[in-house]
Amino acid sequence: MNIQNMILTLQKHWSDQGCLLMQAYDVEKGAGTMSPMTLLRSLGPEPWNVAYVEPSRRPADGRYGENPNRLYQHHQFQVIMKPSPDNIQELYLDSLRKLGIDPLEHDIRFVEDNWENPTLGAAGLGWEVWLDGMEITQFTYFQQIGGLEAKPVSVEITYGLERLASYIQDKENVFDLEWTDGVTVADIFKQPEFEHSTYTFKESDTDMLFQLFDMYEKEAKRIMDQGLVFPAYDYVLKCSHTFNLLDAKGAISVTERTGYIGRVRNLARSIAKSYVAERERLGFPMLKEGADENAE
Amino acid sequence: MQNKDVLFEIGLEEMPARFLPGTIEQLETKTAAWLHELGLSFEKVVVQGTPRRVAVTIQSLSDKQPDIEEEVKGPAVRIAKDDAGQWSKAAQGFTRGQGASVEDIFTKDVDGTEYIFVKKFVKGQPAADLLPSFKEVLLSLHFPKNMRWGSGSLRYARPIRWIVALYGEAIIPLEIAGIESSNLTYGHRFLGSTAAIDNPGAYVSVLEEQFVIVDQKKRQQMIIDGIRQLETANGWQIPIDEELLEEVLYLVEYPTVFHGNFADSFLDLPEEVLITSMKEHQRYFPVTDASGKLLAHFIGVRNGNSEHLENVARGNEKVLRARLQDAEFFYAEDKAQPIEKAMEKLSKMIYQVELGTLQDKVDRVTKIAKMISETAGVDQETASRAERAASIAKFDLVTNMVNEFTELQGVMGEKYARHFGEDERVAQAIREQYMPLSSHGALPESVEGTIVSIADKLDTIIGSMVIGNVPTGSQDPYGLRRQAVGIIQMLAKTDWQITVEEIVERTAALFEKNALPTVEKDVYTEDVRSFFHQRAAQLLKEEGISYDVVEAVLAIQIGNYPYTLAKAKTLQALRNDENFKTVQEALGRVINLAKKGTDQGVDESLFENEQEKQLYRMLEQNKTAYLDAASKRQAKEALDTLAAFADSIHAFFDHTMVMAEDEKLKTNRLSLLNQLAALILSYADVTKVQWKQVQ
Repeated sequence: MNIQNMILTLQKHWSDQGCLLMQAYDVEKGAGTMSPMTLLRSLGPEPWNVAYVEPSRRPADGRYGENPNRLYQHHQFQVIMKPSPDNIQELYLDSLRKLGIDPLEHDIRFVEDNWENPTLGAAGLGWEVWLDGMEITQFTYFQQIGGLEAKPVSVEITYGLERLASYIQDKENVFDLEWTDGVTVADIFKQPEFEHSTYTFKESDTDMLFQLFDMYEKEAKRIMDQGLVFPAYDYVLKCSHTFNLLDAKGAISVTERTGYIGRVRNLARSIAKSYVAERERLGFPMLKEGADENAE
Repeated sequence: MQNKDVLFEIGLEEMPARFLPGTIEQLETKTAAWLHELGLSFEKVVVQGTPRRVAVTIQSLSDKQPDIEEEVKGPAVRIAKDDAGQWSKAAQGFTRGQGASVEDIFTKDVDGTEYIFVKKFVKGQPAADLLPSFKEVLLSLHFPKNMRWGSGSLRYARPIRWIVALYGEAIIPLEIAGIESSNLTYGHRFLGSTAAIDNPGAYVSVLEEQFVIVDQKKRQQMIIDGIRQLETANGWQIPIDEELLEEVLYLVEYPTVFHGNFADSFLDLPEEVLITSMKEHQRYFPVTDASGKLLAHFIGVRNGNSEHLENVARGNEKVLRARLQDAEFFYAEDKAQPIEKAMEKLSKMIYQVELGTLQDKVDRVTKIAKMISETAGVDQETASRAERAASIAKFDLVTNMVNEFTELQGVMGEKYARHFGEDERVAQAIREQYMPLSSHGALPESVEGTIVSIADKLDTIIGSMVIGNVPTGSQDPYGLRRQAVGIIQMLAKTDWQITVEEIVERTAALFEKNALPTVEKDVYTEDVRSFFHQRAAQLLKEEGISYDVVEAVLAIQIGNYPYTLAKAKTLQALRNDENFKTVQEALGRVINLAKKGTDQGVDESLFENEQEKQLYRMLEQNKTAYLDAASKRQAKEALDTLAAFADSIHAFFDHTMVMAEDEKLKTNRLSLLNQLAALILSYADVTKVQWKQVQ
């Protein structure tokens, strides 16, 4: 199965479970978790079920398109269900069956893996799912987001699409994966991988990035004070990506690193608080309409 | 009625393997305690567990609590009877309260006072009514980490998905987090299905039909058998690591052992890298030939049966191949980066904000290592090798391999140091700096390694204390306690004339020089002192030394640890010796009385009697013998020279009024006693020893 069909299959599967199908969020980020569709919406009492593909940038993992396993940008298929359904593991395993992975022909395990993202003040408990020894999915019950207790608990399922595809398509090199019939990952992503790696490690303007970080941070604070949660959060994402670029270039020493992570965390925390306050002010609208929507 | 078996099974989403041994142990203890508390007798409690379930079987549980006749104590007789000798209101009230009447009263003496009593019959309750309270046992379990799920507020190891609770054939009603008990269990995730348990006795076999081997011992045997079969069939050796076996055991419900292969070319990687990749990252057992040399195979355990096992093996091979390719790349890159080049990066890496970069730490450790070599008096060549090792000890922290496999710090350092032509013992010391890796783990074998390891740990401990990071309770993030124990354990193995106090002090002085301390000197000095004192006390106790003797030998300082240990052993042996009692009395009197003054110098012309002169003469004569024995660390001999004073001390006190009216006389006598006390205390504060007779 090519990647495009994998995505279509997963979208159909999770749509059938009542998930909204959203699109990738248009600000750079390191993981699907950082999309406001996950990070903000998993806060507060309102039910929330969503699935989307998230192109995720990890500048430090850039390898100029030469490493068979590492990418500057990979793709995650992200599912959030709040509150976590009782049969969530079964729903997940069904999705694997639909991708053509018959559990009887493989060894599928749930191996303890507790997830923590100090930058976002977020933590969860769960597993990495192993398929014949390979980690294909992060499966996490959120316990804390933006420093706030996650209640009810959201479950987050993050499929690493390239990983999973390399197994399904039996390919050793990520660039040989078929995105759709006749078009490989190399065809689409080799050039950007090379260019982004070059930019990250060699050409990026460190002074400018430091300035941008400060500006983004300042702007995030300014508009947060005006109760504009979503725009403020976009600037937090920009801070985070700028930090990742600086970090990948080795421009940030270990001491400074702690400081920068702390700055982003503080922003994320206040935004989490403002988001919940803002939803509360609106009367948690999805809490009231939730029952009707599900009935449709 | 008759005895019946009971079954409780709690079904969970996959529990972390590391939680299970502790959970099973707790359930064994807590179930038995719960039954004892209820007064229900039983034959046996069996606890079994897999990642998805823990099950408690109680065999042959009595059908009800025994009826009991209790004696209930009332008021004292003097209150229970009025002046006329009739039962008072108090007595009547008491009996009424117990559902009895005054005719039932009898009296009994309790600690010299007569009280009134009545007998009360308590009917035992049926087990069936009591069993639902097992819920409390399940909710009382402690897990290393708890979580919430869904909309609930219960915190548990993992979400609870079903509960089986059976008393004989009957379902015990029980509800936790919205889950009601039933007799339905779930089989293996993929091979099994839902199944009804008719009675507790059928539990194990019903689950086996559903591809769940619930008995952990049986699973363990299946894994071991599977491994042995592969050994025999292929002529391999597969050493079974107990820890890994236990983990794997709790990762599967139905184990099937398989093997996979990797390319021979990967065998050029260091064995430690291969083993870490296999064991730590993939939970495989490595395979060796008869001589213990690694072979290009690995053993995995599948959670399932042998159908399509080739798929599973192939998938696992693919994963391991990717990991080893990474390792190969790292290894090649690292070997192309000379040590000095790697060292340059250390000055950009923060060790701890207050304590500077890793390079700063390396500089300090190098100085401490040099100081230890000097203090210990090791030969020049060893000293310079230790210094070299200390000065490059951390270079491997910036290598790719250690970045990827942090547990290989030191191990890779040794290999790369050899590769770059460092002296063999310098390389070895780089690995040994982290030893002992656990409490009572192996210690460095080389002198160089011992020096660097002690130096590194001293820097870590004292560095933390000068900035006010003192471990408290369970908070010891840097493992300072283990490191301090390590230092003392290493010193215990040396014949160095070196005291814990002097190396600690000289290390602290280094921090002083760089003006790093953020807490007052007397604060951290006391922190460090009591920290090492506690560790030394702990180690002495582990040697079988009793508490009072530990306090005696550590009264002044830890000193030279091997000698302190020898003194403790000597005193410990004499602790039961009656002959030594008079010696202790004599030496103890000196110590106690000496506290009333200080040593102002002894003036022989002020002596008034023979006993004073005799004691002083003896002090002058025996002092050298004592100090000689002490410097040779002959604990028995040193104590003998002190014991020889006993008679003279007793005679002295019999004939001499120490606290004389005449100030000069008093000061002179206290000076004499202080000189002697100093000698005794340098051995031990014998007043702390409790001379207990062993019957």
